[in-house]
Amino acid sequence: MAKVLMKGNEAIGAAAIKAGCKHFFGYPITPQNEVPEYMSKELPKVGGVFVQAESEVAAINMVYGAAGSGVRVMTSSSSPGIALKQEGISYIAGAELPAVIVNIVRGGPGLGSIQPAQSDYNQSTRGGGDGDYKLLVYAPANVQEMVDLLQEAFDKADYYRNPVMVVGDGMIGQMMEPVEFKERPHVDLPAKDWAAVGTKGLRKPNVINSLFLQPEDLEEHNIRLTAKYQKMKDNEQRYEAYNMENAEIICVAYGTTARIVKNAIETLKEEGINVGLIRPITLWPFPEKAFEVLPETAKAFISVEMSMGQMIDDVKIVSNGRLPVDFYGRSGGMIPTPEGIIGKIREMIGGAK
Amino acid sequence: MAKGKVTFNEDICKGCGLCTTNCPVNIVVMNTTKINAKGYHPATISDIDACIGCANCAMMCPDNVITVERF
Amino acid sequence: MAVVFQKTKGLTDKETHYCPGCTHGIIHRLVAEVLEELDILGETIGVAPVGCSVLAYDYFNCDMQEAAHGRAPAVATGIKRSLPDKIVFTYQGDGDLASIGAGEIVHVAHRAEKITTIFVNNAIYGMTGGQMAPTTLIGQKATTAPLGRDSSTTGFPLKISEMLATIQGAVFVERVTVHNPAAIRKAKKAIKRAFEVQIAGQGFGIVEVLSTCPTNWGMTPIKALGWLEDNMIPYYPLGNLRTPEEAK
Repeated sequence: MAKVLMKGNEAIGAAAIKAGCKHFFGYPITPQNEVPEYMSKELPKVGGVFVQAESEVAAINMVYGAAGSGVRVMTSSSSPGIALKQEGISYIAGAELPAVIVNIVRGGPGLGSIQPAQSDYNQSTRGGGDGDYKLLVYAPANVQEMVDLLQEAFDKADYYRNPVMVVGDGMIGQMMEPVEFKERPHVDLPAKDWAAVGTKGLRKPNVINSLFLQPEDLEEHNIRLTAKYQKMKDNEQRYEAYNMENAEIICVAYGTTARIVKNAIETLKEEGINVGLIRPITLWPFPEKAFEVLPETAKAFISVEMSMGQMIDDVKIVSNGRLPVDFYGRSGGMIPTPEGIIGKIREMIGGAK
Repeated sequence: MAKGKVTFNEDICKGCGLCTTNCPVNIVVMNTTKINAKGYHPATISDIDACIGCANCAMMCPDNVITVERF
Repeated sequence: MAVVFQKTKGLTDKETHYCPGCTHGIIHRLVAEVLEELDILGETIGVAPVGCSVLAYDYFNCDMQEAAHGRAPAVATGIKRSLPDKIVFTYQGDGDLASIGAGEIVHVAHRAEKITTIFVNNAIYGMTGGQMAPTTLIGQKATTAPLGRDSSTTGFPLKISEMLATIQGAVFVERVTVHNPAAIRKAKKAIKRAFEVQIAGQGFGIVEVLSTCPTNWGMTPIKALGWLEDNMIPYYPLGNLRTPEEAK
């Protein structure tokens, strides 16, 4: 398969179609508009369905209906649009339906801005909807990784019967990079005999539902869901460890920010300052395994985010008091520069000695 | 001679009385001498011979209590 | 001996939770009878709302999905677009459809989705205990309009059928009631027609069914039938507002 130069948002559409997604329900919101635009052009060509809903709320509920019909289905939006979808996402998790939700994050809060940000970390990992539920959350750092993780997201959604969120940011969505649509190994997945596709008079009705009026039943349901999330924690943690040997400072950063941190690391290396990076590829489950064994030389963590600091809480949790955790971030759509990160690290090094 | 036969699944009747409202021969009444499993007075027929088997009572019933047959 | 009337196979064996005399039960039966008579039970997916009929998925003898409050038309869109050869309907109350779901119902008609909506209008929020709905009549008391609905602060009751009849995609729009056998027969005919419009793929169809709420209207079930006739029908006139023949 040759590489092709593609804009992130369009690569998302292409990857979804490659993964067999034939149903997309979306709504316009910058900076992800090219996803619905691409789907409106390409899905009909493969006998698929594109619907532009009247709102993000309607779109996520269309996803719920399609998922309950047993088809592969996706929606995409950006930050405030994802906020509107939270109730629907909670219903999809509660009814144990597979669906893929893409968030191309933009500056917030409120109407915010249209430039890249990572200020939806909490919304994605802590759940913005009601009840105890979790999403498997992937955070690609480039367009190729986006294409790979997005296709994997459909398998994971079907496997766990749970919504999967893929979090990019305005840069990943808008940037063009060479991508390859590699052949993926076949994953055998459970049949969707739970789907509500019409009984054909051959079975009792299937019901897609998240209502359990008897508290005993809902608690039992929650226990079953939580066991599923524990399985995700055990099996789905993914991260990249970069330049961790003899690292004095360990950066924790994901997505676009992690790429900028790598530049800073290379520059500092020339000055004999050894900085490592742990890059979560799954935001949930947070990759605790990456933090189990730390280099002796490590003196501190620093969470580097395009926000005022949200992932920092998880870094503190996994650090568990072993090392202090500092923060460097730009927000509102401002993108951190290598120099900014280097300045902060020099300051930490200066102080840390 | 009755033209119709009306049977009540008495235990699922909620005693609402809607069936009594449109009987052309006014023979559908609430049986106040009886309490069903739900604690309601179930509906019944006061004079089955007058029944014409029109099933108005059954149509008015929200709970599928009444079955009507016609000779 | 011929059976003239018996329970339809379109309903499950589960007894409903509805209050005594609530005409939801009659409307459920009519939809179920139509599904059985059109022989589409095995091909149908229904969408239940949030409200008194939230448990409808236990009562209709076909595959069902439970939607978030107001979002049944969007869920139904997702289903119909995924299973275009299946029959899809939503069953919704006035709080679900005319209040929180007003956007969804307008747009399912706007998109001419080939689904059928059964809209039960009882002029009140039932499940939550009698609050004012968009369809509550002027002067009608509700727990959130204790002195009776006052148009100076809450506007005027929404005429959903008239509103949707202006939308080209809504090719079948009819308002019916179930407060006596003659009305029930007409209601069933309209519901059957609405499903036939869907089977023919002509566009969106909706049947608004005026219904009683004895508990929250604070009257006996029989008095409620009379109240509906005297107060709701004058404000919500019965009849067909749009049918595919005109819509062409």
